[in-house]
Amino acid sequence: MAVVTLKPTGNFDLTVEAEVITPDNFAGKSAQEIGQLLVWQGPKQYPLANYFEVKGDGADTTEETTITIDGDVSRVKRIGEGMTAGKVLVKGSTGMHAGAEMVGGEIIIEGDTDSWAGMEMKGGLLHIKGNTKDHLGSAYRGSWHGMTGGRIVVDGDAVNQVGGGMSGGEIVIGGSVKHFCGIRINGGLIVVKGDAFRTVGAEMTGGTIVVGGTIERFTPGFIQEDTESDIKFDDIECTGEYKKFTGDYAIPQKGKGTMYVSSVNNECL
Amino acid sequence: MSGTIAIKNGYVFDPLNEINGDKMDIFIRNGKVVTELSASEMKDAKEIDATGKTVMPGGVDSHSHVAGAKVNGGRMMRPEDHYKFYQKKTPITHSGCGYTVPSVYLGGYEYSKMGYTTVFEAAVPPMEARHTHEEMRSTPMLDMGGYLVLGNNWFLMRYFKEGNIEKAAAYVAWMLKTHKTYGIKCVNPAGVENWGWGENVGALDQANIHFEVTPEDIINGLAELNEMLGIPMPVHLHANNLGHPGCWEITRDSLKIPKNIRARPNTNVEWAETKMNPLRHESIYLTHCQFNAFGGTSWRDFESGVKGITDYVNAQDHIVMDSGCVPFGEATVMTGDGPAIHDLYVLTGHKWSNTDVECECGSGVLPFTYLKNNPVHSVQWAMGLEVLLYVKDAWKSIMTTDSPNGGPFIKYPQVIAWLMSNKARQDTFEECHKWAQDRSGLAAETREMTLNEIAIVTRANAARTIGMSHCKGTLAVGADGDVAIYDIDPKALEVSDYESIIRAFENAAYTIKDGQVVSQKGEIVAIPEKKTYYTDIAISADDEKNMLEDVRNWFKYYTIGFNNYPTPEKYLANPTPIRIDAEV
Repeated sequence: MAVVTLKPTGNFDLTVEAEVITPDNFAGKSAQEIGQLLVWQGPKQYPLANYFEVKGDGADTTEETTITIDGDVSRVKRIGEGMTAGKVLVKGSTGMHAGAEMVGGEIIIEGDTDSWAGMEMKGGLLHIKGNTKDHLGSAYRGSWHGMTGGRIVVDGDAVNQVGGGMSGGEIVIGGSVKHFCGIRINGGLIVVKGDAFRTVGAEMTGGTIVVGGTIERFTPGFIQEDTESDIKFDDIECTGEYKKFTGDYAIPQKGKGTMYVSSVNNECL
Repeated sequence: MSGTIAIKNGYVFDPLNEINGDKMDIFIRNGKVVTELSASEMKDAKEIDATGKTVMPGGVDSHSHVAGAKVNGGRMMRPEDHYKFYQKKTPITHSGCGYTVPSVYLGGYEYSKMGYTTVFEAAVPPMEARHTHEEMRSTPMLDMGGYLVLGNNWFLMRYFKEGNIEKAAAYVAWMLKTHKTYGIKCVNPAGVENWGWGENVGALDQANIHFEVTPEDIINGLAELNEMLGIPMPVHLHANNLGHPGCWEITRDSLKIPKNIRARPNTNVEWAETKMNPLRHESIYLTHCQFNAFGGTSWRDFESGVKGITDYVNAQDHIVMDSGCVPFGEATVMTGDGPAIHDLYVLTGHKWSNTDVECECGSGVLPFTYLKNNPVHSVQWAMGLEVLLYVKDAWKSIMTTDSPNGGPFIKYPQVIAWLMSNKARQDTFEECHKWAQDRSGLAAETREMTLNEIAIVTRANAARTIGMSHCKGTLAVGADGDVAIYDIDPKALEVSDYESIIRAFENAAYTIKDGQVVSQKGEIVAIPEKKTYYTDIAISADDEKNMLEDVRNWFKYYTIGFNNYPTPEKYLANPTPIRIDAEV
């Protein structure tokens, strides 16, 4: 196992597009070669060493390459994009598109991320210990095909469009969400332990959404089928009593999605 | 000397000139094909060695959605169509993006790379003519023109109801000139008007709301005045009931309507010296037959209805049609047929848009993905190929994908491979749903098109059908110097190696426009001048004045002023009127 450490040194006046920061790209390269990889900043390309002090060489294989980013990179986008294996550890916050389209491996972010984290993710684990913003694990703008596999864990809150268009994989959010959580999902699992504001599961045609807190405005188009207690999805456990709904029946496809909503936090439903 | 070039020793396929793979030289002087170049001209001319290569006239697409309001609607609706399919700018080209609905620049470059030099926009709503021309003007590499959507026009429906075919003809002549458009497009006649009231029409003799005209009245009226005016192309029909199981019957019956109308194209131009008669004799041009040829009664017993149409087409001489092939993958469905788009929305639940174009027509857009494992889509794939393979005389058919409805035009090379290689088709049967075999006759069809037939369905017949064969779709003396040279040696061609066919047609070895090499092996090397064609019909001043009184009277129903309605020539790149002296 080889660890490449990137220590941010500055020059982040414009945001940096750093999709080169993946174990796939770092494997088999020396610290110096890694520092020469190019990233876009505005209209120009610069070497990674312009922004980071690089220590340590990549391992021979992607699987054995770990990248540690030792500081705050909230002005750096697309970290770990499309990575297939290995590990990325960020000891701070990241910019947009962290782990977008990742296929395998593991990303751990100790701080927050901006929007589009895990966008259209296919596999692997993305663990955000802080908060994230919009479009977590969702489809690209205009696309209706979001995350298809892997797992995203957020210890804090997410905002809008969590898992938009997802068809596989799991998203587990420790905190709360705002609008359009699970819009148009047709597969996979979204668990929100906290609250949601409105439009949970809008236009869903499959998949499962669990909300442990309160939904401020419940989506019309869902019908209650049952009540279940202590539901379990493999290793993901949701304790307490849940009202089980199906929907979204407000669209021509007459959705076959399932939504569990905490009974005790949503008495009025 | 610019536009002067000698193409030596290629195998030439020029069907309108009855040249079928002969090894010969092609000479172009000042942008036009000539018999030979003098010794002094040869000194300055560019010389291309086409030994072992296939030489065809530049490709002609007679039905493609490439410019205008609904195409742009497709772009705006689909950011996801753009971000992974893009090209960077080069010293001479613009950047561009868009897979199924490319930006205007990218669209022009992609066509040119495949050897195409002429593309006609399939549907121009009159009110959107300015927008369409703005986009066509900005589409590089291609000579263009557009068809005016007139199948649900209030003025025409009123004239047809009154039986006043002369006034209807005067109106169409004025409209083509006013909007700088080329021919008549008729989309779901009488049905799109009903859609304004949430209805459609289901039969050819069903009168629509308020105007009380039937699809039959409209098809017959348009075909009659089309020949009365001598318009270069036949009426271009998108038949009723499109996209509904069982629609093939209404399509066949629609084709019967203009059976006894004699084609009288009256184009006043200088004709290239082709061996074949380049004039059309058809009174109707059916578009995207595949979408109009659904069999069965529901999606459960859905099947190909192509044979019912092609049997009729084979037995008649007044019909030509394009295929509307489905090459699988991403598409964007866009049409003037608003109700058809709504039906697709109900079917797929996808995002969609619909527009009512005031007193004229309508339109709709919806993203669509054709999947090999989907039973209906796989039958549609087979049907598009059936259309072309079942029509015995290639001069009755044209290859299209109704781009981007069946799939984007960049898939043409794939379609060509399926037409030329039975193995290509059999290999696709292996990958797609078994309905493709069970519910169409394609699996038993062993015909493999020759390069000559491919030249017919991709350029010669497209040009002949729309009346452009005086300068396009042929390499006869006097024709435009538009040539496509492909890396295919006809003597060594093994059609079972269809991947090589795809590669060759994807990136022409050379695309030559007006005698200038504009693209080479997938790289754009020059940006040529382009022309925009429209039909300019002279009618009597009195007829025009009488008709315009009606137009002015009803212009109160428009949201724009009459003076802002016409499209001035300044909206066109090199406006090129095709003059016609009508005998009205």
